Amino acid sequence: MELLDISLVNWSRGQFALTAMYHWLFVPLTLGVGVIMAIMETIYYKTGKEEWKKITKFWMTLFGVNFACGVATGIILEFQFGTNWSNYSWFVGDIFGAPLAIEGMLAFFLEATFISIMFFGWNKVSKGFHLTSTWLLVLGATFSALWILVANAWMQYPVGMEFNPDTARNEMIDFWAILSSPVAMNKFLHTVFSGWIMGALFVVGVSAWFVLKKRDMNFALKSLKIGAIFGVVATILIIATGDGSAYHVAQKQPMKLAAMEGLYEGKEGANIVAMGLLNPDKEYDNEEETFLVKMDVPVPKLLSLLGYRKADAFVPGIKDIIDGYTLSDGTVVPSFEDKQASGRVAIQAFNDYRVAKAAGNDSLAAVHRITLNENYANFGYGYLEHPSELIPNVALVFYSFHFMVALGILFLVLFAALWFFQWKGKLDKVPWLLWIAIFTIPLGYLAGELGWVVSEVGRQPWVIQDIMPTKIAVSSVSVQSVKITFFLFLTLFSALLVAEIKVMIKQIKKGVE
Amino acid sequence: MTTYEILQHYWWFLISLLGGLLTFLLFVQGGQSMLFSLSRTEDEKRLLVNVLGRKWEFTYTTLVVFGGAFFASFPLFYSTSFGGAYWVWIIILFAFTIQAFSYEFQSKPGNVYGKTTYRTLLFINGLLGTFLIGVAVATFFTGSDFTVGKGNITNLASPVISRWGSEWHGLEALLCPRNIFLGLTVFFLARTQAILFFINRIKHEVLEKRSHKFLLYNSIPFVIFFLAFVISIFLSEGFAVDADGIVYMEKYKYFTNLVEMPVIGVLFVLGVLAVLFGIIASIVDYNFRKGIWFSGVGTVVTVTMLLLITGYNNTAFYPSTADLQSSLTIYNASSSEFTLKAMSWASILVPIVVTYIFIAWRALEKKKTDIEDINSDHHAY
Repeated sequence: MELLDISLVNWSRGQFALTAMYHWLFVPLTLGVGVIMAIMETIYYKTGKEEWKKITKFWMTLFGVNFACGVATGIILEFQFGTNWSNYSWFVGDIFGAPLAIEGMLAFFLEATFISIMFFGWNKVSKGFHLTSTWLLVLGATFSALWILVANAWMQYPVGMEFNPDTARNEMIDFWAILSSPVAMNKFLHTVFSGWIMGALFVVGVSAWFVLKKRDMNFALKSLKIGAIFGVVATILIIATGDGSAYHVAQKQPMKLAAMEGLYEGKEGANIVAMGLLNPDKEYDNEEETFLVKMDVPVPKLLSLLGYRKADAFVPGIKDIIDGYTLSDGTVVPSFEDKQASGRVAIQAFNDYRVAKAAGNDSLAAVHRITLNENYANFGYGYLEHPSELIPNVALVFYSFHFMVALGILFLVLFAALWFFQWKGKLDKVPWLLWIAIFTIPLGYLAGELGWVVSEVGRQPWVIQDIMPTKIAVSSVSVQSVKITFFLFLTLFSALLVAEIKVMIKQIKKGVE
Repeated sequence: MTTYEILQHYWWFLISLLGGLLTFLLFVQGGQSMLFSLSRTEDEKRLLVNVLGRKWEFTYTTLVVFGGAFFASFPLFYSTSFGGAYWVWIIILFAFTIQAFSYEFQSKPGNVYGKTTYRTLLFINGLLGTFLIGVAVATFFTGSDFTVGKGNITNLASPVISRWGSEWHGLEALLCPRNIFLGLTVFFLARTQAILFFINRIKHEVLEKRSHKFLLYNSIPFVIFFLAFVISIFLSEGFAVDADGIVYMEKYKYFTNLVEMPVIGVLFVLGVLAVLFGIIASIVDYNFRKGIWFSGVGTVVTVTMLLLITGYNNTAFYPSTADLQSSLTIYNASSSEFTLKAMSWASILVPIVVTYIFIAWRALEKKKTDIEDINSDHHAY
């Protein structure tokens, strides 16, 4: 690759998105069903009732099938940072690599070790040892999510680092700032809770099928009760962390927020769109209406309130972010053109610094370093050519966000209704609700995927916010190679998914043994 | 030595140790490569699959940790090798991906593709996973076709830091006989260790008898290819680094490293002897069951020492044949001092990890496994 090849960038993005989306079909169930089966085994440990052991084993079998698929897709994700994003791996590897290594050392081994005990240790270790192993497995899976989400959050909001022109990379200077970044903590909790919801949807959906079939009723009703209660708790928690996510996006990634809300023209006291149909002809530099149809949430100024904690706060739109704007607190945010110019000064100063250093002219190098440091915050803008590059795919982000939120509300209502009818002992009187529970399982997967679309498509054009555009992070491989591997993985993962679904269905139909 | 240099050496040691552990744990892959030869009846196959199936996660996780630790401690290697030798790594990854679900799915009803398909995937993993990892690691001694220009990031039109010369993106390594020697060494070592593992773990008269035969057939080519590789690299030029960081070719560099670092040299010899003892004792004495432990410890030590001599004593651990000065050393490829220090704190917890792995392993392996154990296990594969 001699010149920057956009086709290569897009295929590399496609391959990563493909792997990540398949991976995310399996991980949420691991996180959610993991906790639920651990709760069930705890009840077995406490009560000593054999029925709870059978219930636990039923969900464990499904957990195992799903877990294997998550492991299979996970390894590709880790190594793709190197195979397809080699510039990225050097430019920020000093920071990004550490969470991945710690994830492997401390979380993956926890999972690998205790999953063996969980599956093969029923008759070989004590009940207490077995229960501890199950919880340690769940802890390992959750820890694993923590570290990778810390790394991901850092891409959205890079903190705790500085650029070193001698090594041509960003270097970590504050590990705790990275680990305890508010974006990281919120992202971790939000993502784990979304996994809990998926687990709960799966458990109530499968249990609902048994209730409808009037099979293994004791197992089904007990599972459904735990799933519904767990689901209500998880949904409430995800609403709380969702608010935190929106707040952080508003502060750190205003372009993403503008895309999520289809907001082209900023305003004070902005509303949240409840639902809307975007005008496909709308561009940031024309006067077309943004929406063909739109309805706001009937709480005025909610976007300003949630994003800035002030009802009259100014929320910048896409056009403002390109042209520059002033926040309600007086902070002036420069235009794209200004940031682009500053970014190019930074890149030139970096080049000049290296030339001066190579020539042994340390005093001149020091001057260039100062210039570089002064402009480094806009370093990534120097690689962008046109303001339109700054805008993510608005339609994809907007619709993904709104569908995700709508699905979240549906889940809360569903869990609450199931819990209510189960508590009243009238589940058999509401078969329609049980059918909804079954058909909501795929919607849970959809909601999780949409969340990632909002997060990652909304981050574009950046791989590291403001510092590194995605297009310069890519490896120097031929586009043909990436196309081949894309289809190779697509075939493999699709074949895997088909097998997984069939195995799951068979296992479910077998019922409790 | 500065603190930074100590940390760079410490992390190269950890990477080498992980490489050693991974090579030992590749016995799982070695066993998979014999699913259609060592085991012939369904019961025999099932027994092999199940004893290996209780260990595959450790190999897999060690590979992932090896990758993650390499990324975090020597990111320039990660970006240069994985992004450059694209096809070799992709095939290795593919080979391990197909392993991850094949154990779990093969005996489950509704698995769509049938038991034999999943076992074939395990066989492919055993074949390609071991051989290609050996080939990839051999390039640490023989070099690869790449250049590194950290300043390229300022070139707006083509900001690529690491470039690979060959359009084969890593597959060209298969043309070098020394790389092939190590590939075959790892392959036959994995099979040899798998047989020693079966001798230790399985209670099955026919399989035990056949395992002893297979031990001979696999250990001989292992020893031949190992000697061919070691002798060829010890007699060839190596990639040395002078005090100014200039890389140059030095005769007998790798052998010299063993001599100049006598602790490593002695451990290397002891490691090799332990492997040979494990094999020979198991061949000579039919009732000797502890061969896997001698051979396993010997493998970990030998591989760790081999990897150490590629990075220590002023040696370039990932040399470039296209441009010597692009070669990666533990100094120019490592993470910053701060990051290495932060990760070193985390690595203090590793002994705890090793302890619980040991406890869990012991808890499941109190006695040898026979087909009755498998038939009575709810979760057997």
